[in-house]
Amino acid sequence: MNTCRNEISKDCFVVPGKMALPNQYFAGRVGSKFIISLRDSRKILGVRCPKCKSVYVPPLEYCEKDMTKIDENWVELGNEGVLTNYTVVNYRDAHLPRKVPYILGMVLLDGAETPFVHIVSGIEPENVEIGMRVKAVFADKTTNTILDIDHFAPVEE
Amino acid sequence: MTKKKNRNVGIVGIGMTEISSHKEDQNQPEMINEAVRAALADAGITLKDIDCVVHGNMELFEMVHQPDLWHMIGTGALGKPEFRITTGGTTGMTLIAASDNLVASGMYDVVMAIGFNKLQEAGSTTGGITNMADPLWYRHLQTGALTSTSANMTIEEFGAERARKAAMKHRIMMDKHAGLNERAHRRLGLEYNQMEDLMKNSPPLIGDLRLIHMCSQSDGACVMILASEEKAKKISKKPVWIRDHIAVHREETASNAYFPILSENSHRAAARKLFARNGITNPVEYFDVFEMYDPSAWWGIEWLRDFFLLKGDEAIKMVENGDWDLDGKVPVNPSGGVTASNPISATAMLKPAEVALQIRGDAGTHQLKREVRHGLASGFGGVMWTELMILEKDLNWQGV
Repeated sequence: MNTCRNEISKDCFVVPGKMALPNQYFAGRVGSKFIISLRDSRKILGVRCPKCKSVYVPPLEYCEKDMTKIDENWVELGNEGVLTNYTVVNYRDAHLPRKVPYILGMVLLDGAETPFVHIVSGIEPENVEIGMRVKAVFADKTTNTILDIDHFAPVEE
Repeated sequence: MTKKKNRNVGIVGIGMTEISSHKEDQNQPEMINEAVRAALADAGITLKDIDCVVHGNMELFEMVHQPDLWHMIGTGALGKPEFRITTGGTTGMTLIAASDNLVASGMYDVVMAIGFNKLQEAGSTTGGITNMADPLWYRHLQTGALTSTSANMTIEEFGAERARKAAMKHRIMMDKHAGLNERAHRRLGLEYNQMEDLMKNSPPLIGDLRLIHMCSQSDGACVMILASEEKAKKISKKPVWIRDHIAVHREETASNAYFPILSENSHRAAARKLFARNGITNPVEYFDVFEMYDPSAWWGIEWLRDFFLLKGDEAIKMVENGDWDLDGKVPVNPSGGVTASNPISATAMLKPAEVALQIRGDAGTHQLKREVRHGLASGFGGVMWTELMILEKDLNWQGV
């Protein structure tokens, strides 16, 4: 055990800790199909509720509004969309996926109703504008995660 | 001290998933949603009728922080008041106790309580419990949820042979009950003639606690919908009434750090106070069913004495006589209990859920043959955290 550094607490121990907690998460059939589509077809899929017509991306098994089973009602969304909002991440942390500064954006994909959160890259933070069109850039190497989309980049006009 | 309810509260909807070791084709919100849909269908209502959602699990096992928020798409809590409760193993019962209070107080008319755990995702519950134990006194010493304290005490009091036989008989009886319950996770098909073999050959865990004695690690969710008397009578043809409940908690196996060892454990204290204030003088006579949170067969036989305020070897004798069996004086765990099924934070809710189904006569393949009017359910967690609840078929105990 270490002791504290301050003179007045030099006889007080610090109990060191490092947790090892392996775990797993079952993605489910619906989430897995979404990832497989990204990986194998480079297509972003959503589901549409036949009852209330809501389109969900990420997809759901049951409509959260009316509990209708919707997991077989897949719709192909565009890989492009409109940036509806964004923020710039400026603090460093080992757990973050990119070197700072990087941009987190909300992208309303063509055909979707709700924006989809992802990393926006290929543009300097000071040049980003709400309303600009962005497109999905897929990762070279699949990880079977949401990062099979590497980021969204501005569409060249 | 008597406890007065501001208004009566009935259970109007019960939904549960099948309990299994691996729910690999569903993620957490999807598993929860399955139980939510089942409870709504059981009550014959929709999400519009729910005023408030209470959500809980044993934190850290699924490694998802603030799970109630991530699970919003499965819980139906969007746009509704929502609470999260986590009281360790007791969570499932605390959810029902809290929901009862929320309705009885008049704050909400219809409350939906959701308890779940997906322990196959945790990888190691012992890892979670030990890694997050008190760093100064217990992190290096705790053995997860496994302990042989109960076995040691029972053996010391009744002798090794009698104690070991009683624990194994209880375990096999639980397995036989689980065999009748199609939702139970572990249905091993044990027979009483395997007692000697299991007592000798089941892998030892700690002291006299063997693998066969211990509860499973399961995946599953349970949802219950509670309503005020007025609403309950409109929603359900046979609401089950929550008469009273009590919580008692201490941490007595951490006695050297926190408390002196007390003469009465939290189960006995809970039973003594709850029965006294409800005028129940002979619980063995009064109750038609008891669903007990029995994390191991050793705890099961020890705690029956406490919950029914029995003395000496009365409870063990009842084990030996088969008095806790389905056709006995008080049927215990017709569901198969926790040694069969343990999706932790659904587990404690499955206790009142099972009692309510037995009272309604809707337990299906494991419905008791006798009429069930008065039921008792217990939750357990922490080190000694008891929740004890009385459920009734009829609204006729007022003024007792």
